[in-house]
Amino acid sequence: MLMFLAKRLATGVILLASIATITFFLVFSGTQRVVVNILGQSATDADIAALTRKLGIDRPLLTQYADWLSHALRGDLGNAWTMDGSVTDILGRTLPVTLSIVAFAIAVMAILAALLGIAAATRSGWIDRLIQVLSVIGFSMPNFWLGLLLIIFFALTLQVLPATGFVSPASSVTGWLASITLPAGALILSGVASAAQQVRGAVLDALRQDYVRTLWARGVSPRSIFFRHALRNAVPAALTVLSVQFIALLSGSAVIERIFAIPGLGALTVQSAVVGDIPVLMGIVTSMVAVVVVVNLFIDLLNALANPKVRLS
Amino acid sequence: MSDLVNNDTGRRAPARQTLIRAVLRNPLGAAASFVILCVVLIAILAPLIAPQDPTAVQIFKVNAPWDAEFLLGGDGSGRDILSRLIFGARNTLLGALIVVGVSSTLGVAAGLIGGYYAGRADTVFSWVADGLMALPAIIVLLAFHQVLGSSIYYSMAVFGILLTPGFFRLTRNLVASVRNELYIDAARVSGLSDSRIIFRHVLKTVRPPLVIQVSIVAGIAIIIQAGLEFLGLGDSQVPTWGGMLQDGFANLYVAPEAVWWPGLAISLTVASFVLLANAVRDTLQQNQPTGRKLAVDPSPVSQDGDAADSADIILSVRDLAVGYPDGDRWREVVRDVSFNVRRGEILGIVGESGSGKSQTAFAILGLLASGGTVLRGSIRFEGRDVTKLDFAARHALRGSQIAYVPQEPMSNLDPSFKIGFQLMEPMRTVLGLSKAQARARALELLGHVGLPNPLRTFNAYPHQISGGMAQRVLIAGAISCNPKLLIADEPTTALDVTVQAEILKLLRNLQSELGMSVIMVTHNFGVVADLCDRVAVMQQGRIVEINAAGTLFATPEQDYTKMLLSCVLEDSPVRAYVAPTAGGGN
Repeated sequence: MLMFLAKRLATGVILLASIATITFFLVFSGTQRVVVNILGQSATDADIAALTRKLGIDRPLLTQYADWLSHALRGDLGNAWTMDGSVTDILGRTLPVTLSIVAFAIAVMAILAALLGIAAATRSGWIDRLIQVLSVIGFSMPNFWLGLLLIIFFALTLQVLPATGFVSPASSVTGWLASITLPAGALILSGVASAAQQVRGAVLDALRQDYVRTLWARGVSPRSIFFRHALRNAVPAALTVLSVQFIALLSGSAVIERIFAIPGLGALTVQSAVVGDIPVLMGIVTSMVAVVVVVNLFIDLLNALANPKVRLS
Repeated sequence: MSDLVNNDTGRRAPARQTLIRAVLRNPLGAAASFVILCVVLIAILAPLIAPQDPTAVQIFKVNAPWDAEFLLGGDGSGRDILSRLIFGARNTLLGALIVVGVSSTLGVAAGLIGGYYAGRADTVFSWVADGLMALPAIIVLLAFHQVLGSSIYYSMAVFGILLTPGFFRLTRNLVASVRNELYIDAARVSGLSDSRIIFRHVLKTVRPPLVIQVSIVAGIAIIIQAGLEFLGLGDSQVPTWGGMLQDGFANLYVAPEAVWWPGLAISLTVASFVLLANAVRDTLQQNQPTGRKLAVDPSPVSQDGDAADSADIILSVRDLAVGYPDGDRWREVVRDVSFNVRRGEILGIVGESGSGKSQTAFAILGLLASGGTVLRGSIRFEGRDVTKLDFAARHALRGSQIAYVPQEPMSNLDPSFKIGFQLMEPMRTVLGLSKAQARARALELLGHVGLPNPLRTFNAYPHQISGGMAQRVLIAGAISCNPKLLIADEPTTALDVTVQAEILKLLRNLQSELGMSVIMVTHNFGVVADLCDRVAVMQQGRIVEINAAGTLFATPEQDYTKMLLSCVLEDSPVRAYVAPTAGGGN
């Protein structure tokens, strides 16, 4: 199993390195436009040249890359161009905010998708159709529009939840829950029904296996066949669904944080994309991919634990 | 998105015309196509049908409610919401077109190459696809915003690249599955070039599932594009649905209605694409068993008695017919099948694959595959018609009265549980044994079926033992609850020849020792000769001949039986004829 995990870790590191490299060369090839952007249209050639030199982007791209990489390996992602402080500090402030929302959202989603999916698999009929309808609705409603509707309904009309802002769980857990309920709701509604459909498919697949027929033939109780054997064997497919949904939630956080005025990584991405703060963007892509790699590794670990063939190898 | 796309719909691809017609006959498919057609027409005819200039500002109309001039009111800058909505369809559809164009072209090309040639190209493509799927799309598009410039269409092209894995995987898997089909081989042998085979033959097979994927991707593209415009990344001069939402958001506290219209436009359009995809998928799946219930004709059951209630007869099957739904009728795989099994007797059911022998066996167990139904006839076990029993009563017979040994040993053990647990569980449920009793009996059974180290097998997972051992485990499991009737479905087919003989010997010994009745389903006359007292020969769902094994071998009545027997003589390894009494005498 260690061998398996080491291999997955190596794959993840290679993935992270390739994406960071490709991203670096793409975003740092357009720095000239950004410098003009920062200085404004009235900037003189001398101003531009000075800032270019100051930011170190007058050097050859390869030199810049080597420089960035050697610092990044030591945990230093450089300084932001348009904000105060180092990129590492900025990410350290914003990433936990986003992760706290996404983690909460994925946990709620996992529970709902599992319950709905299992219910649909074991007793087809209305719940099955409900999930189908919900998944079309969830797919079709953009999550930011849903977020706006949630604000109109819960914050403006009913006034039960705050429309904007973020409370750190360290200062108040209930305040944190209140501040992330609407954002998390807007994030997961689009995915929960489709995740439930995939859980349903995974359970039905497991129920179609040869060994399930043999279990029936042996007189094993239906309860055990569904809840012990089929569910256990549906775990890997369901975990894969979660890992895909996790990436979708990270992606969706950009828009959702903007709507709910949450000072997280998503809002930071929008802010730095508009002004063109390239070191921050570089840091965001790197840290996001790193998070995805870690989460996938964790899911690989769970899968390995669930699968005796991998666990015992 | 893969939940909305069923990957195994490619096999029965109807011609293009009939696919379109069938989708339009589906009410949801027709409605979705109509909405999409409307959006396309609105986009094309926007300058003609828009009541106002979408960029003209009227200062009195800032956040104004609807009136005769501005039918949906004015936005935050005093522009006509309706006209902007109409013009917004243009850039929405263009963006979706770019995403679909880029992702399908790249994805399908890579999938065709990767699936057809396999090898290194496939490995590299799969790796790139995995990498692309690990990227949070909006974050990446935002990061590249400065490089890509202010036009949303460049971002959509990059988004198209991010969505290639869906097309790649779909195409690759479909191509890999048809690559070795006979008609592709035939094309190859007849000297067609690879590119021609790919475009003429392979692409045709993968087209219908691609239609589904295109529809889904168009929907995703519209949502992501609106999201980027909502974040202010588009060209602020062009009216867009996402930009309108941004404007509505900025004025949320003043005029909350303004966020409804663009949101509805996006949702309706995207929902139409998804529903269209679903309609196509349903059309492609139409020939496969559906969940629809078909009526079963209650036909009179023949009550010819035929010693059915005699105490010597443990199982009596009369006029059995088994069917599966096929469109709106039943496809009968077993019909008019009648036979008896006496106590302590081994009955062989022989026939080619597809002759209905396994379906007969599963009908007796009540474990027909999904959709399978006993249409007519009766199955009397110890005098009771089991087809009339409710689920619980039927299930109570399984394991304790009627047991089953499957064909493929490895796939019939649950890979996630230890063998010991899988043996103990039925004994605890069916016989009500304690954990310790069940454990002791399981170990005893494992020894009894000839496993050299029962404890080691008990503690092993299925992947740690060989096929032959697994079959012994399954036989141990089948006899663990003292059944009166054992149904063995080709129990030796998946095993090595040497192991086959041992398993047959084991079954014969167990049968004579426990005095069970056995139904041995097989296509192998060698097995019949080894083991069976009587033989039923099945062809195309019917029993064509049933007789004592010795008689059948010596004087087959039917041509079909003669043909089967002659096949055995011609191409199977020589096997000594064993008198059937060896197994049947008890």
